[in-house]
Amino acid sequence: MTLLAYTLYFAALISTALCLALWMSRVYGGLPALAGFERAFLRTSGVDPDRQMTWGTYAMAVLAFNLVCFVVLYAILRAQGALPLNPDGIGGMPPDLAFNTAVSFVTNTNWQAYSGEAQVSYLSQMAGLTVQNFVSAGTGMAVAVGVIRGFTAPKGNTLGNFWVDLTRSVLWILLPLSIILGLFLAWQGVPQTLQGAVTATGLEGGEQIIARGPAAAQIAIKQLGTNGGGFFGVNSAHPFENPTIASNLAQSLSLLLIPVAFCFLFGRMAGDRRQGWAIFAAMAVMFAAGLCVIHIYEVAGNPALGLGANMEGKEQRFGAMLSSLWAASTTAASNGSVNAMHDSFMPLSGLVMMVFMQIGEVIFGGVGAGLYGMLLYVVLAVFLAGLMVGRTPEYLGRKIEAREVTLAVLAFLSMPLCILVGGAIATTVPAALASVQDPGPHGFSEILYAYSSATGNNGSAFGGWGAANTWHTTALGLVMLAGRYAIIIPLLGIAGSLIRKPKAAATSGTFPTHGPLFVTLLVLTVLILGALTFLPVLALGPIAEETARVAGQTF
Amino acid sequence: MSRNDKSADMPGLYSAAAGQSVTKLDPRQLWRNPVMFVTAVVAAMTTVLGLRDLMSGTPGAGVALHIAFWLWLCVLFANFAEALAEGRGKARADTLRATKSETKVRVLADPDADPDTASEVVSTTLREGQFVYVAAGDIVPTDGEAVRGMASVNESAVTGESAPVIREAGGDRSSVTGGTTIASDWIVMKVTAEPGKSFLDRMIALVEGAERQKTPNEIALNILLVGLTLIFLFVVVTLPAFASYSGTTIPVVVLGALFVTLIPTTIGGLLSAIGIAGMDRLVKANVIAKSGRAVEAAGDVDTLLLDKTGTITFGNRMADTLVAAPGVDMHRLARAAALASLADETPEGKSIVEKAREMLGAIPPMPTGATFVPFTAQTRLSGLDLADGRQFRKGAIDAVIRLTGQTPPGALAAQVDAIARAGGTPLLVAEDSTILGVVHLKDIVKPGVRERFAELRAMGIRTVMITGDNPLTAAAIAAEAGVDDFLAEATPEMKLDLIRREQAGGRLVAMCGDGSNDAPALAQADVGVAMNSGTSAAKEAANLIDLDSDPTKLIEVVMVGKQLLISRGALTTFSIANDVAKYFAVLPAIFVAAYPGLAVLNIMGLASPTSAILSAVIFNALILIALVPLALRGVAYRPASAAQLLRRNLLVYGLGGLIVPFVGIKAIDLCLVTLNLA
Repeated sequence: MTLLAYTLYFAALISTALCLALWMSRVYGGLPALAGFERAFLRTSGVDPDRQMTWGTYAMAVLAFNLVCFVVLYAILRAQGALPLNPDGIGGMPPDLAFNTAVSFVTNTNWQAYSGEAQVSYLSQMAGLTVQNFVSAGTGMAVAVGVIRGFTAPKGNTLGNFWVDLTRSVLWILLPLSIILGLFLAWQGVPQTLQGAVTATGLEGGEQIIARGPAAAQIAIKQLGTNGGGFFGVNSAHPFENPTIASNLAQSLSLLLIPVAFCFLFGRMAGDRRQGWAIFAAMAVMFAAGLCVIHIYEVAGNPALGLGANMEGKEQRFGAMLSSLWAASTTAASNGSVNAMHDSFMPLSGLVMMVFMQIGEVIFGGVGAGLYGMLLYVVLAVFLAGLMVGRTPEYLGRKIEAREVTLAVLAFLSMPLCILVGGAIATTVPAALASVQDPGPHGFSEILYAYSSATGNNGSAFGGWGAANTWHTTALGLVMLAGRYAIIIPLLGIAGSLIRKPKAAATSGTFPTHGPLFVTLLVLTVLILGALTFLPVLALGPIAEETARVAGQTF
Repeated sequence: MSRNDKSADMPGLYSAAAGQSVTKLDPRQLWRNPVMFVTAVVAAMTTVLGLRDLMSGTPGAGVALHIAFWLWLCVLFANFAEALAEGRGKARADTLRATKSETKVRVLADPDADPDTASEVVSTTLREGQFVYVAAGDIVPTDGEAVRGMASVNESAVTGESAPVIREAGGDRSSVTGGTTIASDWIVMKVTAEPGKSFLDRMIALVEGAERQKTPNEIALNILLVGLTLIFLFVVVTLPAFASYSGTTIPVVVLGALFVTLIPTTIGGLLSAIGIAGMDRLVKANVIAKSGRAVEAAGDVDTLLLDKTGTITFGNRMADTLVAAPGVDMHRLARAAALASLADETPEGKSIVEKAREMLGAIPPMPTGATFVPFTAQTRLSGLDLADGRQFRKGAIDAVIRLTGQTPPGALAAQVDAIARAGGTPLLVAEDSTILGVVHLKDIVKPGVRERFAELRAMGIRTVMITGDNPLTAAAIAAEAGVDDFLAEATPEMKLDLIRREQAGGRLVAMCGDGSNDAPALAQADVGVAMNSGTSAAKEAANLIDLDSDPTKLIEVVMVGKQLLISRGALTTFSIANDVAKYFAVLPAIFVAAYPGLAVLNIMGLASPTSAILSAVIFNALILIALVPLALRGVAYRPASAAQLLRRNLLVYGLGGLIVPFVGIKAIDLCLVTLNLA
């Protein structure tokens, strides 16, 4: 029964992703039917849609655009108290929290150090956060398309035009899907209103403030764009964000939809769909393994707390299975939305979630970001094993040489640097230690989870941890920036370097980058180069906690 | 000196290498290998800490010094591997240098000057453009070009081939190499190399590794290794903070040990040895690479351009079959063909006689008083006129028809056409005015060539045969030899075009050549192998020079290139895969004090934290020295498709790299416990 449910879920996911990939390949290739509107739109914005960008120009456009986004969002958050559409009279955000929140949404992390209903006005939600949900996702998608072109397009100098790719991502992919999902969610009972909170008298006579607002629109894009920042503080565990099993399923599907479609889009753009399937397979294998672990541990529960599934921090209406699926998906896909409290999952479930983030969010990952992150591992895997067939390593006919390896290593360094160094400081500085809620290895896991989540631009958290601490709002803001741009820029560099190389025709002497052998190799590369680095810290966190739990101790 | 294997004085090499592994500890030298440099730094640090503890009587000094000892060994082993690889080349360089003695040479004012007017100068002061007179017994002082005269030259000092070769002014055989000896006659040569830049100088520098520059793949790999080292530096440097949060402390010595076991010391220590050994294998095959880049490029080659003559066929047309005209006895035809060829000294003629001997059992004796009718361009016939007036002739079809005034009967004419269609050369044999039959002359494909090409095809390499033959003949030989494509009636321009076309399709091209007109194509090709017997223009344009002047060498060069890359990849994969076991040895050892439950990670069941850490460090050093022979010899390589190679090597070096250290560390741990060392 469980297996059947999972199978149906994946069948639905893969088939919709395949259709979407076809649509995306048309959109990014330039659909004549949409060209008129698109060109007029771009011309009005002062962009020449025919201008082709080298990787450097492309990267500068990404950075410039994101910088403007950051400044605007920061200003809105600071000034929201004086701005309209604020029926609940919420004041301006303090500087460190506004910095953290602005960075968080611009980098597609959606780490929420704030509580939505208490600290963000409707204007900030709509004009600030929801807009960023679209354009930060669009940025990731545009970068991925630029990177894919570098890997797959014929020899040339340019990766396309960032503004065109961004516009196409938002207008023709994110917007239509969000409208469909938003309407569906509103039908399922998610509020979409500009009226303020409702004050109600509960059964026990106490007065209760029920928050509401323009939620459906934001939740749709929060899932589709792997943003994850909820309208309400407890995210999709809140009955208004995720009221029914149907809404839960729709959100679970839309969470992985675009990241999975990117695998197939890669295959289409490479002109060899097996290449896309190979990357998908590597991601799927790791995802399935992780999901298995979480499912088994959550359904089995903690005998120390009584029989039955582990239901602490989970919604009764979803249960252990749907919560496990969500937890695996949201950490794999760099989404970060939650429908249960990750802090309360079993230790090894927490380990899986952390590993998913620590390897750089490459198991489906963020929209676009997951694919280009995985391409980083592909470059390393091809380089390491490619030598073993007796040729200069090649991927899709292009040689992987010193320049590509240098850039890949640079990008690759950002994960251990941010997580380990950031985490190490957070475990020693007294100002940072104040955030830890629980003693022992579980408290350690909370810190580790936070820094892994921020670096991986995931945004989910081990809930017990005090994220609003000034130390962490600043440190995590910096880590989020590094986790985003220290990967985007080198990868665009790799793409820019590859596209200048001639594409060699494949022969039987060519290293095969499709099929089970390559998938195994890629998975092993991710595990050995990515996950193994974090084994010492994982041993001190979730593994120590698990061994203690087995011995009958809880934290 | 000839082949290199003779000069390998193994015990001497080992002791020299052992000595050098100590002198190579010089930080300025170590710095070039970042992974080993870092290892040496950690070793030094551990030594200092161990000594400090020893002085102050702190417990644990013994373990620290024990760890330091093995860390130093690790560095020494890496140095030893490099020194050993270099040593082999040095031995050859010494023998080469012996031929480069300082002598007096006779310099002429101009090429046509009388040798008696020559002024004597010291050979090392010769400048480019000077004219030197060298005669029998002289050693050619430097590289040059014969501008006057002709001499036979013994080039064995450079090529190992003892039969003298002819060098003469003009044409494709004008280049002379420094270090060779004039065997007879004399030439006037124009110096073409600056002092210290001659072929011999370059060769010495190359085999010694003095001019060794890192190849592109080696640079890329080094960057990756540095990156991995940095990552593990983050892991180890942040560990004390995490440990102290968890209520435990990790001694610096242990952190250092963990760091060294995690960084890729195995490949880091063997990387340069692999590169040097790869060049050395080429030198053994008597091929001189002008750069390591060319050797790597050889591994990448997609298309091989092979000259038909000498590479694919023996180069001479030979009698394959005899077909008699209707009504003519086979023996009569064989006898007539033999008689017509008895006095013919050409390879074709000799092969006809040989064929007749096979058929008749013996060669017919030369009739007395017979006169030889030699082949001329006008008659296109040759044969024998017997004393009794009988005339035996063999020759081109139209020539024999003209001579005899007859056309071959229908059945024979059909055979003649069939031979021509198959790319062979038909020769009619006639006695007086009777056409007896036809001899089928064909290019004989060398044995084993077909299998070789099948191997190359499996490796994904396309072979293209280059020949001056007409397309019909070329197609027949191409089909017989099993090449993928051919270029018939080839001119140097066509070769150049073909290379450009292949390269435009993203393929890397290798070719060999010797003539001056090959130079542009050699320069254009990604891998150009020049024959040592060729012109200096060809040698200048090529990036590899084959001292044996054997065109089949190209295939061997490709194999050496591939083996070099595979060795690097295999040892890198092995080295990285080793980390899994090392983590499982060291992590429980350092964390078990904080969380006793983490003992479950000690899946190898190592005796104690100390023995676990020591075992990991010792394994790390021992695996390095154990892999030195593999690094020097190169990973076994059998031609196969990339997918097969990958599967095999991943299984051996990937899976092996995961499993071997588990077994090794456990075994070392058992030894340590038995010997009471930990």
